[in-house]
Amino acid sequence: MAAQPIVPFRTYVLVFVALLVLVALTTGAAFIDLGPFNTVVALGIAFIKMMLVLLFFMHLLHSNKLTHVTAVAAAFWLLLLIGLVFADYTSRGWIPDPAPWSSSAPPTHP
Amino acid sequence: MSTATTVAPEPRAATPLNYLNVEYGWRSWLFTKDHKRIALLYLISITFYFFIGGAFAVLMRIHLIDPQGALVQPETYNKLFTMHGIIMIFFFLIPSIPSVLGNFLVPLMIGARDLAFPRLNLLSWYIYMLGGAFTMYSVIHGGVDTGWTFYTPYSSTYANSQVIPAALGIFITGFSSILTGLNFIVTIHKMRAPGMTWFRMPLFLWSMYATSIIFVLGTPVLAIALFLLFLERVFQVGIFTPALGGDPLLFQHLFWFYSHPAVYIMILPAMGVISEIVPCFSRKRIFGYKVIGFSSVAIAVLSFLVWGHHMFVTGQSIYTGLVFSALSFMVAIPSAIKVFNWTATLYKGSISYDAPMLYALGFIGLFTMGGLTGLFLASLSTDVQLNGTYFIVAHFHYIMVGGAVMGYLGGMHYWWPKISGRLYPEIWARLAAAIIFVGFNLTFFPQFMLGYLGMPRRYAFYPAEFQFLNVMSSAGASILGVGYLIPLIYFAWSMRYGPIAGPNPWGATGLEWQTPSPPPKDNFEQPPAVADEAYDYAHQEVGLV
Amino acid sequence: MSEAHSGRIHIAHQFESSDQQHEAGTLGIWIFLATEVMFFGGLFTGYALDRWLYYPAFAAASRILDIRLGAINTAVLLTSSFTMALSVRAAQTAKRGALALLLILTMLLGAVFLGIKGFEYYQKFVEHVVPSLDFAPQGEVLARLAPGGLGHAQLFFCFYFFMTGLHALHMIVGLGLLFVLLLRALGSEFNAGYYAPVEVTGLYWHFVDIIWIFLFPLLYLIGGRF
Ligand SMILES: [Cu+2]
Repeated sequence: MAAQPIVPFRTYVLVFVALLVLVALTTGAAFIDLGPFNTVVALGIAFIKMMLVLLFFMHLLHSNKLTHVTAVAAAFWLLLLIGLVFADYTSRGWIPDPAPWSSSAPPTHP
Repeated sequence: MSTATTVAPEPRAATPLNYLNVEYGWRSWLFTKDHKRIALLYLISITFYFFIGGAFAVLMRIHLIDPQGALVQPETYNKLFTMHGIIMIFFFLIPSIPSVLGNFLVPLMIGARDLAFPRLNLLSWYIYMLGGAFTMYSVIHGGVDTGWTFYTPYSSTYANSQVIPAALGIFITGFSSILTGLNFIVTIHKMRAPGMTWFRMPLFLWSMYATSIIFVLGTPVLAIALFLLFLERVFQVGIFTPALGGDPLLFQHLFWFYSHPAVYIMILPAMGVISEIVPCFSRKRIFGYKVIGFSSVAIAVLSFLVWGHHMFVTGQSIYTGLVFSALSFMVAIPSAIKVFNWTATLYKGSISYDAPMLYALGFIGLFTMGGLTGLFLASLSTDVQLNGTYFIVAHFHYIMVGGAVMGYLGGMHYWWPKISGRLYPEIWARLAAAIIFVGFNLTFFPQFMLGYLGMPRRYAFYPAEFQFLNVMSSAGASILGVGYLIPLIYFAWSMRYGPIAGPNPWGATGLEWQTPSPPPKDNFEQPPAVADEAYDYAHQEVGLV
Repeated sequence: MSEAHSGRIHIAHQFESSDQQHEAGTLGIWIFLATEVMFFGGLFTGYALDRWLYYPAFAAASRILDIRLGAINTAVLLTSSFTMALSVRAAQTAKRGALALLLILTMLLGAVFLGIKGFEYYQKFVEHVVPSLDFAPQGEVLARLAPGGLGHAQLFFCFYFFMTGLHALHMIVGLGLLFVLLLRALGSEFNAGYYAPVEVTGLYWHFVDIIWIFLFPLLYLIGGRF
């Protein structure tokens, strides 16, 4: 069998407890006004929870390089999609709208 | 000179058992898990769709003989180009080389008995057929008229045609691509024969691997976009509908995130085929093996960074347009590298002009033209002029027909002796290759000129001064149609009457040539091992196994 | 994949060794999960975009959701992931009784999650905030949604239903897979040398959990509750 280390029971329990604490934390944080940081905190905690599940429950910690590459590729491609779509929408306002056309004064060509 | 004649048919008393005659009956085909039989199931299916899609093209070209439209109502014309696009892209081009040749060859080339997941492989064919059934339903019940791009809000709100079954059909078929890609990646990683290192793999496998990356990471985005379109059309919820607060450009972003890389799903496998054919018929080691291999992967990755070039005139921000334009130029680099490498392989080679080589040479020339005209479209300012004209139609047909279909036909001719165990008539094959080349250029070169003169695509009418070029194009299409029918006939003929091919009629390197033709059910009689690089044409007298 | 017979390792004909078979299965499921990331990714992109464009409407609509049920469901799902992880461990250590028990527990927790989710859907119908079918909020709900614009609030609920609906669909598929796994476990098909199906199903189940880990803050916690 491929060397699949058996993770100690204790590790699973610790990770599980940490996950539950994080759920409480993120829910609690929603009741505090942190301004724009509410979103940052919520997504940051979600990221930590995801890493815990990935590394321990999904055994990514003990997986081979190829599995790591697959996981990272998925994340990278998702960011690519979101990132380039946002690149479009966020930069649309960078140019002021041209003056509206008026039929009385046709545009002159140099 | 043809090497085919140098191999005498092996005299054998009884036909040895191979994957074709090991079992009989429809069950042995419809429930097969043999990758070679599944490849043949795909071959039959995509050939069917190719001729359906081709029929729509023929109707369009007949219609456009007259500036007023010779054949159909404008509404019908809209449906013709839509159905032509949908069927040719999703049901022929995308599965063509991966699902037929890839399915057949990937295990053979790496020296495995089958793909990693034979049942998923069969499932992918059934999913493909189910998706095809949905799409054919929409064809029979009046067709779709949105264009193959399904742009919202026309497709979600206004179109009065069978959008839902067509979109669902493509959505479903996407999963068949995903399964194929997944299967190839796992197979190439985990199933290689002893000694088959990454840098000893035939370049066809590198291109299949790169294609699979796009299958796996791109297709699901198209799937979700079409699924949202489906929900939008059924429930009018508003994600893509401006009147309800949504954004139609979001659909275009999601659509092109897949559909630009999809161009490389079509062309990368063809490039892989060419990388096999060119060294074999030049009797030379391929020039720059590693560069070709890595450029395939580079193309797959870069292809995800350029989709915005389809949206230069849609209201996408100009700054993003600039970035997408620059990145689009970048993706031309690995493609050009391949062309240089093939040309360098030809240099001082002892070239023989067998049918596969004719297709390969045709590919190199036509792909170069298609690729270079792509640069016109990648630059912002010329694209504003050329977008939505026949220039684009000509450009992508040079890539998809001049490139992908030429590669597919070249590959079919090259591996047909392996698939069927028989040789096709060489004279007819060369003739067909020449007819296709001439017909193709006559069809699509005038369209470059039409587009440059300003004739818009997707119109059922056009000004009278464009008639001459349109008639040329239609004439070329009829030649092209004949050219495509000839191989269908002689391939069918050769299955029964063709001379026995022997294991290696071309004297080619590669594991697939070291097993009998057609291969036995488990591909190899002895487990193969590899000790040499691919394309070692200089050092060994291969072929006379 | 492989067909297993009780007590020994069956290697499918295309593989050379059980190692190769196991590694192929694991790589296969990871690639499939990458596909799933991109599948949900389209929805996440659309959501992120509209949230950015229409933040006030999205925040107001988010506050309509029941944060307690959301949090409880998150805990339920994480617990099911925990029991799933333990199932794989039980399979690795060949504890058949524990394996069956843990699988049943995982399925129960999954069912509880879907039950709570169903109740939340029911609430949305009561509040008339179901896009397209019944979007006519009244009274207090209307008062809270109106400032951000009802049209954009409806957009939020579109994403809410699509994303949680697609997630729930994956849960249902997962329950089906777990059920098959349970039958095979009861038939003593798994042992310390052959447990790949448990591992593969587990990876899928954890992935569905991760999707929810992000859906919870995105849908329930956007605007804060202060
Ligand atoms: Cu493109």
